[in-house]
Amino acid sequence: MQEGLGFTPQLTASSIAHLLWLIPTVPMVAAGAMSLLKQPRRRIASTLAIGSLAFSLLLSLVAFGHVVAGWSHGEAVRETVNFTWLQFGTSNVDLGWVLDPLSAVMLVMVSLVGLLIFIYSVGYMAHDENYTRFFCFLSLFAGAMLGVVISNSLLLLFMNWEIVGLTSYLLIGFWYQKPAAAAAAKKAFLTTRIGDIFFLLGIVWLFAQTGTLLFYNGGAGSMEPLALGGLLAAPAAMGLSAAGAIGLLIFAGAAGKSGQLPLHVWLPDAMEGPTPVSALIHAATMVAAGVYLIARVYPLMQAGSLAGGTTTALTVVTWVGASTAVFAALIAVAQNDIKRILAYSTVSQLGYMMAGLGMGGVAVGMFHLITHAFFKALLFMGAGSVIHGCHEEQDVRRMGGLKVDMPLTFVTYAIGMLALSGFPLLFSGFWSKDAILESAHKWQANQWPFYMLLFGALLTAFYMMRQVSYVFFGIWRGHKPAHESPAVMTLPLAILAFFAIALGAIGTPAWPWFRGFLEGHSAGFELAKFGEPGFLPLIATSTVVVFVGLGLGWALYGNRSPRAEEQDALEKVSPMVWGWLRDRLYVDELYGVTVIAFYWWWARVADWLDRRVWGGAVAGVTWGFRSLAHFNRFFDNYWVDGGFDKGCEEMATGGGLLARVQTGRVQTYLRLLALAVVVLAAILIWSSRG
Amino acid sequence: MTSIPMADGLILGGILFALGLAGVLLRRNLLLILVSIEIMLNGAGVAFVAAGSRWGQADGQVMFLFILAAAAPEVAVGLALLLTYFHHRQSLDADSVNEMRG
Repeated sequence: MQEGLGFTPQLTASSIAHLLWLIPTVPMVAAGAMSLLKQPRRRIASTLAIGSLAFSLLLSLVAFGHVVAGWSHGEAVRETVNFTWLQFGTSNVDLGWVLDPLSAVMLVMVSLVGLLIFIYSVGYMAHDENYTRFFCFLSLFAGAMLGVVISNSLLLLFMNWEIVGLTSYLLIGFWYQKPAAAAAAKKAFLTTRIGDIFFLLGIVWLFAQTGTLLFYNGGAGSMEPLALGGLLAAPAAMGLSAAGAIGLLIFAGAAGKSGQLPLHVWLPDAMEGPTPVSALIHAATMVAAGVYLIARVYPLMQAGSLAGGTTTALTVVTWVGASTAVFAALIAVAQNDIKRILAYSTVSQLGYMMAGLGMGGVAVGMFHLITHAFFKALLFMGAGSVIHGCHEEQDVRRMGGLKVDMPLTFVTYAIGMLALSGFPLLFSGFWSKDAILESAHKWQANQWPFYMLLFGALLTAFYMMRQVSYVFFGIWRGHKPAHESPAVMTLPLAILAFFAIALGAIGTPAWPWFRGFLEGHSAGFELAKFGEPGFLPLIATSTVVVFVGLGLGWALYGNRSPRAEEQDALEKVSPMVWGWLRDRLYVDELYGVTVIAFYWWWARVADWLDRRVWGGAVAGVTWGFRSLAHFNRFFDNYWVDGGFDKGCEEMATGGGLLARVQTGRVQTYLRLLALAVVVLAAILIWSSRG
Repeated sequence: MTSIPMADGLILGGILFALGLAGVLLRRNLLLILVSIEIMLNGAGVAFVAAGSRWGQADGQVMFLFILAAAAPEVAVGLALLLTYFHHRQSLDADSVNEMRG
């Protein structure tokens, strides 16, 4: 990623890079095939879905191995396969895919987590009548998500990005008979659309400035120095270069997808979908797509920074991320729905990733993305297992004591919870969160993000302890006794739990393999890192913070098993603040009285304009023509017709008069004749006399 | 032989014609109208004969013979029509023959 490190991108693509397109295509084709299946063909549907994703995982592992092999030989692998999609005039729209450490890591993560969740879904969705449709959507999602990951073109990425958004909509609204699910699906679709409009504007601007949407194209791509130099030179507005402005627009798209602060409202509601969907799409992969997007366009975000400095775009990313992390963690403290707590936790952790990207670079943000994907998928699936075992109960206050009834779920959930809380040394979450805290500590612009994130870590440990105490400790407060879930659901939990611990090993400061891999330099054991001034105190601080959070949580909730009707332990301290947090800090209400009220009002105005102004104009014209027509009728009836009728009448009268002469009596005729003869004779005589 | 002045002959013819015409115009009975027409024809014939004797020419009498020849079939046809009409209507009133009324 960092061009200054002196590696030359490979221009020739290996055979695995040429086959890379198969990774997203196979699940997509499987989804197409499933859409033609009848509903009862359950076994075929799940076999197709799992088989196609297993194939993708295999190919991803081969690709990953190829990149690792190249890296261990000391060369940074970046292989692209590009082709022209459209040509108009002299400009081309090129598409393509890229195999580099970033995409390889994401490929393996998405296909592995996806595969485990697919297997889990076989158990979780076993009794659903729309089983086939569910796997069809899941496969389509997996294909599109893998497509986002391998895209080497912002346009191809955007297309897959939108399919991902579509499947998210379809799966949130999977139980569309529930009004809440249908509303949540709409909300998710519309909210992410707001971000996507900015994203699209950024894409168009980038194309207008550089003439290409490819990231890497042997020096001619938009993320390469030549294009970035041009973008920096082009001014935008308010002291921003075009690079900064485009970076901010793209970040708006990422914020919509990743639930960052102003646009986070859809993600907690998205928990109306089936739990595997929450785990796969709204915790592990899709919501991380925004983070991945920022990592992908990182050269653009970073363009123009001085050594060790930051840019406007990255500063915005940092502040938005840090605010989101604290904001969502605060709300998570006061939620009672097991999935809603995890949802706000996801929003909060996405904020950490963004902050990590903003302050520490690609490796820091991506490391938390990868570890979070595993332990958050684990937590969601554990929550699904709990919900399943408790007969679809989601309120943590109506559970309790499940560590006895659901031992496997308890152990794996505890691992996920400790990883999320950042329990020191053993768990992956500790190392990834610590890397973010460290980079925040080193950030020269401001120290506030560091304190915000530290406070967020305290809250994270606290609300997770609260949740676990409610669910697994104390006494059972539900109606029917709970039961453990089947092996098809617990086995993926165990595998994810393994990764939630083991992944920490690749990112410890002692052996920063992951950072070296992503940044293209070698990694070895450097215990010297621990000797750096300020490093051990930092670790100690974050450890203390985590223990304080866990301890507070246990002190307030552990083994208390309060009943649902009782006041919460914190509510007794300050009912007012508790009410704010429980009502999600009124963000939805704020949008209700601002954005939605504005649109409602605007719709009324438009309706009024339509009815009164445009409708009135149309009615006026109509009225004019109608009166004209009436006048014409009048003229016709009384003028033209009247004249004609009168003429006819006169003719008839005249004819009648003349007809009187025709008596039909011969004698009358003769009389007239005789009279005429007499008159004629008189005239003759008279004239001859004269 | 004393010749009768032509004026007398013409006056006689005129009187006969006027009588016939009056009969045609005033009578209601179709049969009598037919008789009156014969009288008018004879009035015209008297005028022809009178004119022929005035100039000592035979033309007037020839013309009278023509009139007689024409009058004979005319009476035949006229009587036949009257008979047929009487069969239809049981009447010979001229005023009832008004089907050509306009």
